[in-house]
Parts: sequence; C-alpha cells; structure tokens
Amino acid sequence: MIVRAARRAIFIGLVAGIAGWHLSLVGLIPAFAQRRLVGDTLTFSYALLIALLALAAFATGRRYPGAAQRIPWGVLSALVSSLMLFLLALLVTHLNLRQILLNATPELARVLTFGGGASGAGLVRLLLIGLLAGLFAGGLSALPRPWGRVIVSAALMTLLLGLLRDVLGPLLPRVVTSFLYGTAGLSLAGAVVTFLLATVLFTLRWSLRANAVTARATAAVPATVRQPVIQALLLLILASVPLWAGLFLSNVADFVGFYILMGLGLNLVLGFAGLLDLGYVAFFAVGAYTMAVLTSPEVGQRFTLDFWVALPIAVVTTVLAGLLVGLPVLRMRGDYLAIATLGFGEIVRLLVLSDWLKPYLGGAQGVTRIARPSIASWRIDSPQEFYLLVLISCLFAWFLSVRLRDSRLGRSWFAIREDEHVAQAMGINRVTAKLSAFAIGASFGGLSGALFASLVGSVVPASFSLLVSINVVALLVLGGMGSLPGVVVGALALVGLPELLREFQEYRLLVYGIVLIAMMLFRPAGLLPERIHRRELEEAVEEAREIAPAEIATGRG
Amino acid sequence: MVLLETSHLTKRFGGLVALRDVDLVVQERAIHSVIGPNGAGKTTLFNCITGFLVPDAGDIRFSGTSITGLRPDLVARLGIARTYQNIRLFRHLSVLDNVLIGLHPHINYSLLDAILRTPRYRRAERAAEREARELLAFVGLAGKEFFTAANLPYGDQRRLEIARALALRPKLLLLDEPTAGMNPHETEEMIRLIRRLRDERGITILLIEHDMKVVMNISDVVTVLDFGEKIAEGTPEEVRRDPRVIEAYLGRGAASGLGPSTLPLPGEA
Ligand SMILES: Nc1ncnc2c1ncn2[C@@H]1O[C@H](COP(=O)(O)OP(=O)(O)OP(=O)(O)O)[C@@H](O)[C@H]1O
Ligand SMILES: [Mg+2]
Repeated sequence: MIVRAARRAIFIGLVAGIAGWHLSLVGLIPAFAQRRLVGDTLTFSYALLIALLALAAFATGRRYPGAAQRIPWGVLSALVSSLMLFLLALLVTHLNLRQILLNATPELARVLTFGGGASGAGLVRLLLIGLLAGLFAGGLSALPRPWGRVIVSAALMTLLLGLLRDVLGPLLPRVVTSFLYGTAGLSLAGAVVTFLLATVLFTLRWSLRANAVTARATAAVPATVRQPVIQALLLLILASVPLWAGLFLSNVADFVGFYILMGLGLNLVLGFAGLLDLGYVAFFAVGAYTMAVLTSPEVGQRFTLDFWVALPIAVVTTVLAGLLVGLPVLRMRGDYLAIATLGFGEIVRLLVLSDWLKPYLGGAQGVTRIARPSIASWRIDSPQEFYLLVLISCLFAWFLSVRLRDSRLGRSWFAIREDEHVAQAMGINRVTAKLSAFAIGASFGGLSGALFASLVGSVVPASFSLLVSINVVALLVLGGMGSLPGVVVGALALVGLPELLREFQEYRLLVYGIVLIAMMLFRPAGLLPERIHRRELEEAVEEAREIAPAEIATGRG
Repeated sequence: MVLLETSHLTKRFGGLVALRDVDLVVQERAIHSVIGPNGAGKTTLFNCITGFLVPDAGDIRFSGTSITGLRPDLVARLGIARTYQNIRLFRHLSVLDNVLIGLHPHINYSLLDAILRTPRYRRAERAAEREARELLAFVGLAGKEFFTAANLPYGDQRRLEIARALALRPKLLLLDEPTAGMNPHETEEMIRLIRRLRDERGITILLIEHDMKVVMNISDVVTVLDFGEKIAEGTPEEVRRDPRVIEAYLGRGAASGLGPSTLPLPGEA
C-alpha cells in the first residue's frame, strides 16, 4: 500500500520535473524571468515553477480522501520535482550544453534555484520552496468546499493584475496606479491588497450564489425586468471601451472581436452541428480578399466600391464559399471531414498566393489600400472607432446564434451532431441542415475577414495560415463547444491575453498545447460548458398562464 | 386496409442474403410481430422499410404508394417512425428537446420568423412544446422534461425513444425489441403502452420481439423469419403450432419430439 503510494508520488514528481526541464530548455522559464510580478523578487518564472511544484502535489494528493494522506504524498511529489529542477541546475552549471541546448545557461541555474545557484544553498532553497508548495497545495485541497477555489482564484487574479501592469497602469487613476504598482509588477502592498480584495470578492460571489435568501430576492425581480437591465449595463460597458482604452488596447479588442466573430461562426458548424471544420480560415480569407479586391484600386483596376457596398457582397461571397465547401463533404464525418476541410483552407491560401491569380489577388505581396468605412462625413479610421463596428457585428452574430439555436433549424443541427442517422429518421433533411450550418457559419467568418481587411488596410496571404483555423477551434474547445459565452471567454483568453503579454508571443503554441491538454484532462466540457438548453424564461412565464401550476414547478426544476 | 406491404423484398450483404423474397402485409391498426432467431434479418427488414438500406430487389408500398429507395427523412415524413434495438437517443440534449426534434416536420415557420421571433414563430414553438409535453405525459415521463436524456434510467430511455417517435405523428411505428433488458414489471408496462398506442392513438405497430410471452400476448399477426426467409405467418396460435417455427427455434428434430407446448400460450405472460 505505502510502497505503491510512494511510487505514485515519486512518478508524478518526476513527470512534473521533466515538464520543468522542458519548459526550461525551450527557453520559456529564462525568458519569463525578466518579468517581475510582485515586488522585486517574485518573477513570472518563479510563479510558474511554484505552480508546477504545487500542481505536482495537487495531482498526487487528489487521489486521497483526507489531508493526512494528501499532504505528505503531495509534499513528496513536490520535493521530487524540486530535486529534478536542482539536477538540471547542476547539469547546466557544470556541463557546457550550450552547443546543443541554447538555453542551458548558468543563468538558467540561478532561475531554477530561486536565486540560490547550483550549490548547497540553492538546494536548500529549492527543497524549502518545494516543501511549502506541497504543503500549500495539500492544505488547499483539504480546505472545506469553496475556500480552496476562492484562494486559487484570488491568487490567479493577483498574478494577472501583475502581468497586466503595462496595460492597466495607464488606464487606472494615478493614485491607484502608484499604490498598486512598483517599478515593475505589483508593489508588495498592492499585491496583498489585491489578493485580499479578490478573496473577499470571490467569497461574496460564492456565498451570494449559495444563499437561498438572495436567490429568492433576485427571483423576486421578474426576469423580464432583470435581464434587460443586466444586458443594458453590459452593453454600456462594452460600448464605452473606446473612451477609456487607448490605441493599443482598442486594437487588441478589435482582434479579439474578429476571433469572436469567427468563433461564433465555427460554433454553428462545430459546436451546434458537430462538423469539424479545420479550414475555417478559408472563409476569413474569402471575406478579406473580397473586401480587398472590391475596394482597393490596386487590383482588378476597373472599379473600386464603397466599403458599405463591398461588405454585403463579401458576406454573400463567403456564404457561397460555404456552400461550395459544404457540398462535396456532405457525406463525410469526423476525421475525413476534418482532413477535407483542412485541404480547403490550404487551397484558398495557395490560390491567393499563386502567380496565376496575381493580377487579381496580388500574389505574395497581397493587396493594400483597402477602403475604410465612412458614415456621411465621419471616416471610421482609428481602431477605437473601428471597435464600434466590430462590437455591433459581434452583437449581431451573437443575436443570430441565439435565435438560430432556439429554432427548429438549431434543433436539427443538434440532432445531426448527436446522431446523424436518427436525425434523418426524425424527418430531418441532412443536406439542408448541414449546408445551412456551413453557409451561415461561413458568413460570420466572411464578415470578420472583411472587417479585418478594412481595419488593417491590407491583406497578405501569410495572414491566412492554418494557425488561424487552429486558433478558432482551440478557443471553442477552451470556452466549451456550443456555448456562446464560451466563445467570448475563449477568444479573450487565447487571443486577447497573448497580445497583452509579450512573453507569450514566442511560446504561444507551447502554451496553447499545455492549455488544451490541461482542458482535455480537467475540464473536457470547456470553461463555460453549454448547459442543457432551456427555453427563455420569458416564454416560461407566458406558458405559466396556460398550463397547470404543477407543471411549471417541474419545468423550472 | 393494408398499410404496409413488401413484396419479394431481397437484401444481400456481399454473399450473405439477409432478406430473401420477403412478402409482408401489415393491416392498418394491427399489432404485427416479427420474430426469428438472431441474425434472421429482422432489423434489416426495418432498415429497408425506413429507407436506410436500399433493397436489392422487391418493392415496399406504404398506404398504396411505393417507398422503395426513398430517402429516410422522406419516409419519416410519410408517417413511419421507429425505435432502435440499442437505444439511440440524442444523449446530450434534454428530454424535451429530444421530443421537439421529433416534431421537426410538423413545425412550420421560416428562418426569418425564427430570427425575428414573429407571432407565428411563438405560436408554433408553444404548440410544439405543448404537444411534446403531452407526449411525454402519455409515455409516463411528465416532470422529467429537463433531464439530460443520457441521465434517464434505462426503462425511461426506452419510453423517451417511443415519445420521440410518436412526435413524428406516425401512422406506422416500428419497434425494435422494446422490452429488451427490462424486468418483468417494466415489460408489463411496456406491453400496456404498446396496446394504448394502438387503441388510443390508432397507430399501427410493427414489432420485433424476442420475448415470446410478449409476442404471444399482444400480437394480432406474427411473421417468422429465419435466415432471411419468411417461414411462417398467422395468429400467435397458428404460429405457435407451426412445426417449421419450432424447428427454427429449437433445431432440427425438435418439432416431432417436443411439440407445441414449448411455446407459451397467449395470455400466459
Ligand atoms: N450493414 C450490414 N452489413 C453487413 N452485414 C449485415 C449488416 N446488417 C446486418 N448484417 C447481417 O445480416 C444478418 C441479419 O442481421 P439483422 O441485424 O437484420 O438480424 P436480426 O434478425 O435483427 O438479429 P438480432 O435478433 O440479433 O437483432 C446478420 O447476419 C448480420 O450480420
Ligand atoms: Mg436486430
């Protein structure tokens, strides 16, 4: 029994250690050492190393019911990981591996040992931190119900605030900024206050939700009043972004918006209808290039159209492209469909890159001087102004998604996703259902592409790589397939965050990989999973007048 | 009145003849059972009728018109619904949505109606929901509308499958071993439900069933398949005494030795 538990703890510790080796040797750990999060000591890489040790302890401990087993075995795992890290520090100090492993520098040894170096002092320091991380993780998971989660959320919140110093600093009032932030990252006092505030906030949120009295109080305000109020508030906040966000943030917000649009589009195809389209970038490209060709004087030569004329044409063209892709793959499922659509994405990219179509699409140089929209005399030019256009488009796509989801067409998509054979036996025409998913889903991507082309002012084939498709699929997986709020969260996390954190840029794919694997293991349904779909409350209220009270009670259940 | 008629129906899978020259006549408002040993071709018969398999030869006529080779969704729209030997629900959807999907062909509004939520959309959706709830109540699932289908207990899943099939407002319902895996009490209830389908809703039932007690109990007509061929047909009484049937079930030589008493009498279940 004990031997097996020990073996397991050591194994997990070794795995975490190897993960640490990997992150170190690809350069992520040394690169993140530049970024200070709290005060002058806690760097991003230290936070990552501590998280790694704590994670090892947590993974080991979660198998056991009580703290008495969780903590010791968790600590053992964390210590094993610490030893592994120290071993790497020793190796890079005493052997010259830099010929092969670029990042195996003595500097790495210093980072790995939390400043102690590959000596006895470093070892002691590393083991101590391992012990603390193990105790912390074990203790946390042994805490009663909400506390572990509250503390982890608050800690993450604090780290995030530290990471976003350069972005948030200029936005907040000067007093707040100078208190919260030091020369780099949060000041110590700022970190403590942030952590405490976040703890209070998360506790409050949890207890409010769990509290029957408040639940009844919110229920007392009819949904017909509550919902519009919440929606109006949200809208106001969203619409005010250009007022307080600077050029940089607005630009990021625009790009997040483009991905939200694509995410909502692919969500119809993949989330609702279950059709794995790995070539979604094709629609983005068709929208962008249609806008480019129609409005730029560089290609086609004969004419240029106004943005507002070109936009609907771009969307309609993408719908046609959606049908074109949908038709040949109607009979395909799963892997075959994924491969075929992957091919379509590449075909579109190669077409726009080709010399053959160069007179029309600009070849490798792409197309520049794409029109910006203007309303009367107001030229929508800056990212801030453009944001409003993006926001309206996203709201429109969201609105359409909701309406479609609640219609018989939406239900026929769900049926196809769940069991295509049975869907047909229920009288659903799979050709119409699939093609409509492809066509409507494509149109959101086309809209996104057209807006993108106009904002950037130019298109080049390189912008339409496979990576875009992968991004969109990944944000759906992260947020939760079929969940509309999930699309927004996914886009913010996978597109917004990396834009804000310059360190992430280089290791973007690595982080993606880690995030997706972690999702598959711990939350396969996504961060905001699609809940069992219920009719709108408003209709339940209407219904209330017509059916027996007993039925309503169960209907709400 | 003949509702469904197959003539010379033949289906081959490579060298295997799953159905050979099967002639079947299902009378309106009958409970008609199809029995036969494993692999006799019963499910294949269902798949041919519902359009999922295209027969190699022969004709299938429903209400007088030929439906041979017709697309499955069109067959469904004509009024043929089915359930599956291994339950096939839309597992991740709510119980209510499962039934609403069955109502798909009967909900009439355009995409624009849905997007704008016009009165027409609201009326149609509300009527659909009412009908779905009514069907769920009919099969005994009232109050479970918002359960996830996969979370229902086994017996309820079978009922839900029937409710979903009923949502098509079928004239003919094909049930593929509806009592498989049920305990005697659940089986009893299922028999009652099948009777009510015919008596209260006027639905013709074509039933595949392994449980002889059930078959003998509720069938008006029994057709026996063996190795893809129809070997007997008639009332439960007649089939029960047919030496070819006994032979098919018990092996050669059994017909003379054991006699008809091995198959239970009607009403015994
Ligand atoms: N799609 C298929 N491809 C190839 N062979 C098939 C296919 N479907 C059925 N068969 C074969 O046809 C024969 C009849 O199968 P069928 O499923 O109709 O039998 P059944 O009477 O329903 O049997 P059971 O009582 O076990 O359900 C079997 O030998 C089966 O292996
Ligand atoms: Mg069968």
